[in-house]
Parts: sequence; structure tokens; C-alpha cells
Amino acid sequence: MAKPADVSDSEWEAQVLKSDLPVLVDFWAPWCGPCRMVAPIVEELADEYQGKVRFYKLNTDENIETASRYGIRSIPTIMVFKGGEAVDQVIGFRPKSDLKRSLEKAFS
Amino acid sequence: MAETAKEYDVVIIGGGPAGLAAGLYAARGRRRTVLLEKGVVGGQISLTDIVENYPGVPSVNGFDLAQTMLKQAESYGLESEYVPVSALERAGKRWRVRTGAGELLAKAVIVTTGADYNRLGVPGEERLTGRGVSYCATCDAAFFKGQEVAVVGGGDAALEEGLFTTRFAGKVTVIHRRDALRASRILQERAFANPKMHFLWNTVVEEVLGEEFVTGLRLRNVVTGAEDVMPVAAVFVFIGHHPNADFLRGLAAMDGGGHALVDDWMATDVPGLFAAGDVRQNSARQVASSVGDGVTAAIAADHYISASFPD
Repeated sequence: MAKPADVSDSEWEAQVLKSDLPVLVDFWAPWCGPCRMVAPIVEELADEYQGKVRFYKLNTDENIETASRYGIRSIPTIMVFKGGEAVDQVIGFRPKSDLKRSLEKAFS
Repeated sequence: MAETAKEYDVVIIGGGPAGLAAGLYAARGRRRTVLLEKGVVGGQISLTDIVENYPGVPSVNGFDLAQTMLKQAESYGLESEYVPVSALERAGKRWRVRTGAGELLAKAVIVTTGADYNRLGVPGEERLTGRGVSYCATCDAAFFKGQEVAVVGGGDAALEEGLFTTRFAGKVTVIHRRDALRASRILQERAFANPKMHFLWNTVVEEVLGEEFVTGLRLRNVVTGAEDVMPVAAVFVFIGHHPNADFLRGLAAMDGGGHALVDDWMATDVPGLFAAGDVRQNSARQVASSVGDGVTAAIAADHYISASFPD
């Protein structure tokens, strides 16, 4: 199973904003229960979109700069980026179909 | 080609403590059982930082407790599917359960759909949800380090989550519509002793203020009628719950509050349909009582299947 890689504040620009492919970022923290429910769903999507989308997770405890830059006030939050721009955001635990719909916006 | 419905002895709808306990007993009774969950296993406790009133378990994270219950039940053969249920209907002597991923047939159905939190229902609340309005302090409190925040409510959840929030926030004000809390005494003692916790009595929220993020609350004192604006960066809402039983309407007897009516064995007035936990009338709404309900329903369902579907 394709596990999303960790991304940090210092890698954000190169890995996410300058990515040639669309990017899905899972904002999470170890103490957040619902985040742990989202993780396996994101992994399933990472399998399905292999080669088409890059998947990252960002620990909001350790990467405060990026979390506050995007105004994250609630986790889990899933953001989809294309060409360095945020194209969609899903706040809170949602079923896979919702996350997929959000991800598809990168291709419309 | 039409897909044939999967056949089960017991279908459990809802994966909170009641459903997980029912699943454990049904699976150990060697009934073919599936648990259907639309979101997060554990229900309300999956959002709880620490559960410390479940006998035999001194202190445990709510999400971890639910995962342990699930693994325990699955080790005896419980199946689980993460799909929403769209309809429940009679199919002869059995039940047909329509889900987001096809149809199931069951000899008995145990409804453990629990309850969902109430919203304030004031302007600004929906627009600013996830932007300072929160129903889960364990998820979101850490984003308000050193800031002033509000908690609305006067029950156990309000105080537990308020106390949790003091780990991060600089000041936590509990806003309550009455002048006394209904939370358990031990939580009240802790809350009153915590220097970061403050209380605003006889007060209700009229509006959540802010453009992009929450910046404050418009408040009204219900005794004097005086209005006031309190600047806060976040508001955590814990003002009770409503049962998730709309799909039972017209199927089984319910009370005015939308709870399922059951007998001492968690049986509704319809044969083969059981309801347990927060979704039923007069639930004590605790992990321990819901677990007891679920166990009772599973045993009753087992007896029902033996009597109604003799081999």
C-alpha cells in the first residue's frame, strides 16, 4: 500500500507547491482520533491515484508555519493543490467518496 | 445481472460502544454478523480524549478503547463495513438493509446509531465551522495556544473538553444558559479549581462573529436581557445530543424526542428489530451503559433467531 510521505515546513515549497503533479496533503496530529480514521482512507486513495497525484501528510504539531499559513483550525483537514494553488479543502472526518470528489477537482 | 443480497444472521447498524459490544456477543454466539458504520468506529467516544469511568479500565483514550473493542469482536468473526445505511425494510420474515454498497438480508437487526451533537443554530456557526467553531476539543484545541476561547454547555462533555482545552488555551470561558452545571461533581470540582477556567452564567450565544475566522461571540444574558460581545478565537459547542433514528420512523414506535422505544431486552415493538445505546429512550448515555445495552440486545437477538428460524 502506498503510504503518504511526511512533508515538513522546509520541504513544503519544493514538494507541494512546485510539484509537477496535483498534490493531496493530509493535515494531522498524533493526538487526533479522527485523523487516525482518515489515514487508511488516504492510503487507499494513494493506491488508486498512483502516478497521477502525490500524497503527503503534514504533522501540524511539528509544522506550525504551514498549518497557520493555510489557516488550519481543525484537523483532520485535507487540502488538494495544483500548480501551487489550493483547489479544494475538506475539514473533518468524511467518507472516502467525499475525499475522492475533492481530489477530482484537481482534474477538472 | 442483479447482485444477490448478502445474508447475515445479525446486522448491527452503528459502530459505537453499543454496536461493538453487540458485535462481540453475536460473533461469539456464532451468528454471522456484520457491523455497519458510516464514519468513525467508537462514535462519540472516538472524539473523547480520556475515558476514565469505564469500570476495569482506569484511563484510556476514547479512540483507542473503540479500536480495542473492534479488534476483540473481529477476533471472534465479526465483519465490519464502512458504509452508510440508506433504508431498512421488511423482507418477509427478514430485514433488508440498503447500504451505500449494496443490500444485506438479516434475521435480526440491532440499531445502535447513537446520537449526534446539537448545533447552536445561530448565525455564523455553520460558516465558521472548522474556522474556530468546533464540536471536538481533542481535535482542535491545540490550534489555539495561549488564546482566549469559549466552551458552550454545562454537562460532562462541556467540562471535560473545557478542562482539556486549558492545556493549550490561555483562558477558557464556559458559557451556560443556567446558573448551575449539570456535570458530574468530580468534574465540577476540577473545573472550579482550574485557574484557566472561567464561568459565564445565565448566558446564551446569539451569534458567532468573524469574517474568515472566529473573532468573538455576541452574547445575551437570559435574566437581564443585556447583550455583550466577547472576543474569542474559538468556540467549542457541547449542548447535548439528538438520536440518529430518523430511518426508524414509521417502522418502530418512537418517543417525541425521536428515540426508539424498547423493552427490557432492547426489543422494539417489531419482531427482530432491536435498539440499544443512545438511540433508545431513557439511555444513561454512558460507555458502560451502552455496552450493557448492546450485550442485552445481542443475547435477545440470539434467542429471537433460535425461536423464529428453527433449522
